[in-house]
Amino acid sequence: MQTPFLMLSTIAWRNLWRNYRRTLIMLLAISVGVWAMIWMTALMRGMVDQMIKGSINNLLGHIQIHAPAYRDDPSIVNSIEPPGPELTDSLNRPLIKAWTSRIRVPAVISSERESRGVTLVGIDPAAEAALSFLSESITQGSNLASADAPGVVIGRKLAERLETRLGKRIVLVSQDSDNTVVDRGFRITGIFEAELQTTELAYAFVGRDRAQEFLNMADQVSEISLISDDYRNLTHLLENIQATAPDLEVISWDQVDPYTGSMLAVMDGFILVWIIVVFLALSFGLVNTLAMAVFERKRELGLLQALGMQPGYILLQVLIESVILLLLGLLAGNLLAWLSIVPIQDGIDLSAIGEGLELAGMSSILYPVVEFSDIARANLVVIVLGILASLLPALRAARHVPVDAITRP
Amino acid sequence: MYSVSCRRLCKTFQQGELAVHALADVDLDIDAGGFVCLFGPSGSGKTTLLNMIGGLDTPSSGEITVAGQRIDQMKRAELARLRLKHLGFVFQSYNLIPVLSARENVEFVAQMQGMGAQQRKHKALTILAEVGLQGLEDRRPAELSGGQQQRVAVARAIVSGPELVLADEPTANLDSATAEILMKLFVQLNQQHQTTFVLSTHDNLIMNYARRLIKLRDGRIVEDIDQT
Ligand SMILES: Nc1ncnc2c1ncn2[C@@H]1O[C@H](COP(=O)(O)OP(=O)(O)OP(=O)(O)O)[C@@H](O)[C@H]1O
Ligand SMILES: [Mg+2]
Repeated sequence: MQTPFLMLSTIAWRNLWRNYRRTLIMLLAISVGVWAMIWMTALMRGMVDQMIKGSINNLLGHIQIHAPAYRDDPSIVNSIEPPGPELTDSLNRPLIKAWTSRIRVPAVISSERESRGVTLVGIDPAAEAALSFLSESITQGSNLASADAPGVVIGRKLAERLETRLGKRIVLVSQDSDNTVVDRGFRITGIFEAELQTTELAYAFVGRDRAQEFLNMADQVSEISLISDDYRNLTHLLENIQATAPDLEVISWDQVDPYTGSMLAVMDGFILVWIIVVFLALSFGLVNTLAMAVFERKRELGLLQALGMQPGYILLQVLIESVILLLLGLLAGNLLAWLSIVPIQDGIDLSAIGEGLELAGMSSILYPVVEFSDIARANLVVIVLGILASLLPALRAARHVPVDAITRP
Repeated sequence: MYSVSCRRLCKTFQQGELAVHALADVDLDIDAGGFVCLFGPSGSGKTTLLNMIGGLDTPSSGEITVAGQRIDQMKRAELARLRLKHLGFVFQSYNLIPVLSARENVEFVAQMQGMGAQQRKHKALTILAEVGLQGLEDRRPAELSGGQQQRVAVARAIVSGPELVLADEPTANLDSATAEILMKLFVQLNQQHQTTFVLSTHDNLIMNYARRLIKLRDGRIVEDIDQT
């Protein structure tokens, strides 16, 4: 017997438009379901991606290298030597987009009116520019010109709290490498603004060479920070760097900042829950209607068999019909997703609700992130669900010919 | 050689507590090339017998041989293949595929049998013309009268030249003129191609065309009349 594929497809296609209202409703359900999965996932991914990138930008980097005890006690005694030739080679590999070394110690900053605890950060501004927010966030004065530039750069909010401003002097107090309290005056040469107030309050940036001199630490540094091309895929790089610096702690951003690191897992959980919600909604609509559509035509499907069609082709007939419907729905759903994501590709401004978002550690502009695997998953969920929903009643239809209905009117 | 052969054929339907003996111990041989008409009151078992012969329903007990093959133990897929290859079926209600036009309904079976596109189109049009449906080939069943639909069903049953045609009251919805045309077509096929016909009817006109008449009552053969 020849597979009457074309004939089956013709019948399937015409059957779909026989009850066009139901077909349109199913198309709507499928496309909205797929759209909802893709769109929401893209927004959620965008949100989390934003949060993580914000943290990475906030002196976190992708990978940090420090003395093994530094994380427990981030003080000057746990400093490291600047990278030797082997580690430098390793850091200069093409996979690493940028790296820098920093001083990072607790300090007290005082104006003539107020004092506050901050983190004193000694940077090499040229190298730092590729790694963190500072160079793009200066709103008054200028960034530090070099590692031995004389001034200090602080956040706008910190200046406000200290009741000081650009051009004024402040004093930084910390402990040097001999545990002696040292202090030194710096002129404020730059003010930065950050997405988050906490960032503006947290740091005082000075030149790295100046910091080393001030803290009597020769050419030692607190940490080395680097970024590669993808923050999600660091295992290999971590191992390679660790091999060239066996005595140091080499860890990824999500270990340094487990809270932000957990966001990835939390988001995957959210996405899963969302997919289950859409899946359930679809199940009620799609599964019922598809099953009904097959059930209603039990007699016709039986007739095909009575005319000599193999039971297997009855399944094929139903399958073709559902697949056409599903593909049309998926096409519309993906198109809808594309249409709703393209206009907000360059970010949607959420500043109206921005205050709340900032508290959650996010910036107020949201960029959707579309991942191929999310699209594939959304489509797969619908296809599998749809085929199962129509195949099960079709199997029953193929197994039982309603003889009475066909031969006894 | 027999085209159809039944031995001690029984079919019992269970209706709640009640057992309905739709066929009881039917022994029947139909020669290849025969032209047989089943008649008898409503509920006598005509449709049940035709369904058994066509392999649409399985007997409660007994043996059936059709086209040289025992079909009472056959699997569903084998039965479907047998129907496709050897049988043409006209049902008591016309049972057309609603989304296909008259011509497509007729071509459908021919296509499943592997007939080429040109040939089956030609055949379908010829046969539809023979049953008097010229000009209506592209109408869907819903756009045809009951009698016209019945004729499409007949055309579908004979398009591929089956060895055996089973027709359950094929003229029930036809006016006598059309019924006569149809019967003449059957007789012609029977004589030219030795197609075996087993019909059921309440209509005397049809019985006149048959060479053998079998009367059923309460699931038993009560008369077997040779009309040749
Ligand atoms: N599925 C069924 N369940 C119970 N009884 C049935 C079933 N199908 C048929 N019967 C019974 O079997 C008997 C024979 O039915 P059948 O349809 O073969 O009669 P028939 O001779 O074709 O009648 P008609 O001339 O009205 O078409 C009837 O008594 C009928 O009620
Ligand atoms: Mg009947």
